[in-house]
Amino acid sequence: MHELSLAASIVESVTESLGAYPGGRVLEVRLKVGALAAVAEDALQFCYGVATEGTALAGSRLIVNLLPVVMHCEQCGRDVELAGVQSFRCSLCGKPCFDLRQGRELEIEALEIDEGEIHTDQVRA
Amino acid sequence: MTTRIVELRRGILKKNDELAAVLRERFEAVSVLVLNLVSSPGTGKTALLERTLEALKAGGRRAAVLAGDLETDNDARRLGASGAPVRQINTHGICHLDAEMIARHLEGWKGVALDQLDYLFIENVGNLVCPSSYDLGERIRVALLSVTEGEDKPLKYPALFNSADTAMITKIDLAEPCAFDRETALKNINEIRPGIRIFETSAKTGAGMEQWVQFLYSEAR
Ligand SMILES: Nc1nc2c(ncn2[C@@H]2O[C@H](COP(=O)(O)OP(=O)(O)OP(=O)(O)O)[C@@H](O)[C@H]2O)c(=O)[nH]1
Ligand SMILES: [Mg+2]
Ligand SMILES: [Zn+2]
Repeated sequence: MHELSLAASIVESVTESLGAYPGGRVLEVRLKVGALAAVAEDALQFCYGVATEGTALAGSRLIVNLLPVVMHCEQCGRDVELAGVQSFRCSLCGKPCFDLRQGRELEIEALEIDEGEIHTDQVRA
Repeated sequence: MTTRIVELRRGILKKNDELAAVLRERFEAVSVLVLNLVSSPGTGKTALLERTLEALKAGGRRAAVLAGDLETDNDARRLGASGAPVRQINTHGICHLDAEMIARHLEGWKGVALDQLDYLFIENVGNLVCPSSYDLGERIRVALLSVTEGEDKPLKYPALFNSADTAMITKIDLAEPCAFDRETALKNINEIRPGIRIFETSAKTGAGMEQWVQFLYSEAR
């Protein structure tokens, strides 16, 4: 299980990008996770709670958007979404597909942050 | 309270991916072929490497191994018997190797200069889930499956088998007592990674080693 290291990376990345919003507090973190990213959402949610404790992300929601695998089928000449990850054959023509176009993503898509009272604080400072 | 949505679009493993890309360039620059061996615990990664090191040495090739394990340096000691440079990476509970561990263990590795090597093997921590997400800068990722584990492993661990460049079925000397269904195993690997090259070996009898070593020769630059 590497969900704890993933959760720690999320905290690190988000904390870095919070630099632009001093005093900001994170309300929500939205992830894009491909079906082949080898992530168990339950475990990640649990680890997220642990990893965010005492940080600017404490108490925030973690939203996981799962992305299906998309392969490019040479036969059909187009991208096709796979129904699952048990077979890498084109869902239209049945030919094996080699060219993965989506499914390994492990990405922080967006944050929702509460900017709090930072503006007035900054003016005073 | 003022809320704001901030678009980030940042890979969670970005740091690992960037470091792996740096390593890959470094390996390519000195023409060392780097292979990352991934499988469940006990599939026979170390046993395969013992035979492989022997064969490469006999063929006048220079190889080294970074051996990942949760604890103990047993694998490094087994592999060191070949005379090839071997360094153990103990992850102390972490279930996979990452690019940073590789970079760190390449530093100050006594008697080893990358540009003097033809091959660098990385034996990953025995685990069929987590190593699939961590690029180590390797050119070839080998997913191993032993006949004792069951033919359906590729279907159960598609993320790993789909990320492999080469697959290997190990311990084929045990195929019969295990009632191993070879056709089904080959078919399952092909469902998950169509067209992948599959080797079938036994580290005990040496079966299949010749094809594997030929492959290593042909892939070296
Ligand atoms: N019969 C038979 N036994 C094998 C073969 N390869 C390995 N073994 C045995 O399987 C056991 C595990 O082999 P290792 O080479 O240590 O496996 P590993 O994948 O390196 O294991 P970890 O590093 O712990 O994940 C040992 O007892 C080996 O002797 C083989 O080809 N045939
Ligand atoms: Mg081993
Ligand atoms: Zn098609």
